[in-house]
Amino acid sequence: MQELITRAKELLADGTVSRVLGWKKGDLGWDPEPAYFEKEEDLEGFVYNPFCGANLSKYLIAAGKLEGRTLVFLKPCDTYSFNQLVKEHRVKKEKTYIIGVGCRGTLDPEKVRAAGMKGIEDAAVDGETLKVATLYGEKEMPLKDALLDRCLVCKGKTHVAYDELIGTQAGEEAGPGELAGDRFAEVERLEALPPKERFAFWQGQLSKCIRCNACRNACPACSCLKCVFDSSQFDSSQKANADTFEEQMFHIIRAYHVAGRCTDCGECSRVCPQGIPLHLLNRKFIKDINTFYGEYQAGADTESRAPLTDFTFEDVEPGIVSKRGGGR
Amino acid sequence: MQVEHTEFRPKIVAFCCNWCSYAGADLAGSSRLAYPADVKIIRVPCSCRVNPMFILRAFQRGADGVILCGCHPGDCHYTTGNYYARRRMTLLFSMLDYLGVEDGRTRVEWVSAAEGVKFSATMNEFVAKIHELGENVRLEDLRCKN
Repeated sequence: MQELITRAKELLADGTVSRVLGWKKGDLGWDPEPAYFEKEEDLEGFVYNPFCGANLSKYLIAAGKLEGRTLVFLKPCDTYSFNQLVKEHRVKKEKTYIIGVGCRGTLDPEKVRAAGMKGIEDAAVDGETLKVATLYGEKEMPLKDALLDRCLVCKGKTHVAYDELIGTQAGEEAGPGELAGDRFAEVERLEALPPKERFAFWQGQLSKCIRCNACRNACPACSCLKCVFDSSQFDSSQKANADTFEEQMFHIIRAYHVAGRCTDCGECSRVCPQGIPLHLLNRKFIKDINTFYGEYQAGADTESRAPLTDFTFEDVEPGIVSKRGGGR
Repeated sequence: MQVEHTEFRPKIVAFCCNWCSYAGADLAGSSRLAYPADVKIIRVPCSCRVNPMFILRAFQRGADGVILCGCHPGDCHYTTGNYYARRRMTLLFSMLDYLGVEDGRTRVEWVSAAEGVKFSATMNEFVAKIHELGENVRLEDLRCKN
């Protein structure tokens, strides 16, 4: 972390960048929040620890409108979102200076707390062990039990966009056990259920939604200036859901709007205060796109065409959905 | 006095593209080919005009089945519209299926202006399917029910 602060200070001092976008200590130790730092002395408040799950790429849309370049710290998976935003002309590469930071996975505070940790102040990864500094002394737990679900199926440690790297090397391989999970396993499990149970599962999950819009606000793909859900003309405008239909409507439409653009960064599920596995909706679209239109990873580059703005003459007919049956 | 309806009459929304399928429906009519009156046709400029939200909205407002008809791939009046519609609908139908909405309530059919027979046959078949599935209860909005 000290290395990041030193480098940020240098870049601020020599005028390469006008501000730094990173994380600062939140109200609680397990809750660091995204923050701008404009002066060298402000950077004393900078933190980077495994609790820093926030994907900062979306903040660059606003930062791009400010004078000068913005220094931003991105984890490997955040750089996919950055590329996607560059592709959609929402951020300009030349207005940003990316420092790619190493990442061993980000933590789910709920899981850490469930392991009996109280008064969490800080955390550090040591091999496969997580060392948590608490008010009651340092405690340890296995790292894999504390990671966010998205990190259990990490898409790799490679930064796809950066100006320099700190704490990691180009093309670094993921450590053992980090890529063990199949990210579509849960989607496949749901697909295999009978329709009635699938419906019950989603009704149970989506009815927890309180329409706080956190998923939309955190999602790097949800970058419209004027969102469809803010329109007073729309049935599912910003308000609490009145019934099951609205719960489904909001989430189907949101998932659809980011279909083919979602990089599977998992921010939606991370920020959901109700713990709804929203990434399972996005992953279903990713899985379908991969099956029907060929493997596609949004944000892997800045040039390719998104699957829904492209077509081939031989595309499958929509009837395939019922032909293959069983939700697959 | 209120008339009691006991028999299930499905509400079916058919989005038809102006250039092919709507003309196909016209041909079905002028050729005196029968198809159920439960099918309500909405004319759209092109099948790709149909936002996936339109389909959800139709279900919300009480539709029991939604069918999208457009020109055959390759015949689009706007050259490529139906290719985009095809991808969108494939993904939407797959998502609805994933959420547990009965498969079969949604359908895409390519009907040209010369295919009055196909139009009528498709509609008969689709209405029969919806009769089989019964009322749509999984995607409805109770406030829109009478």
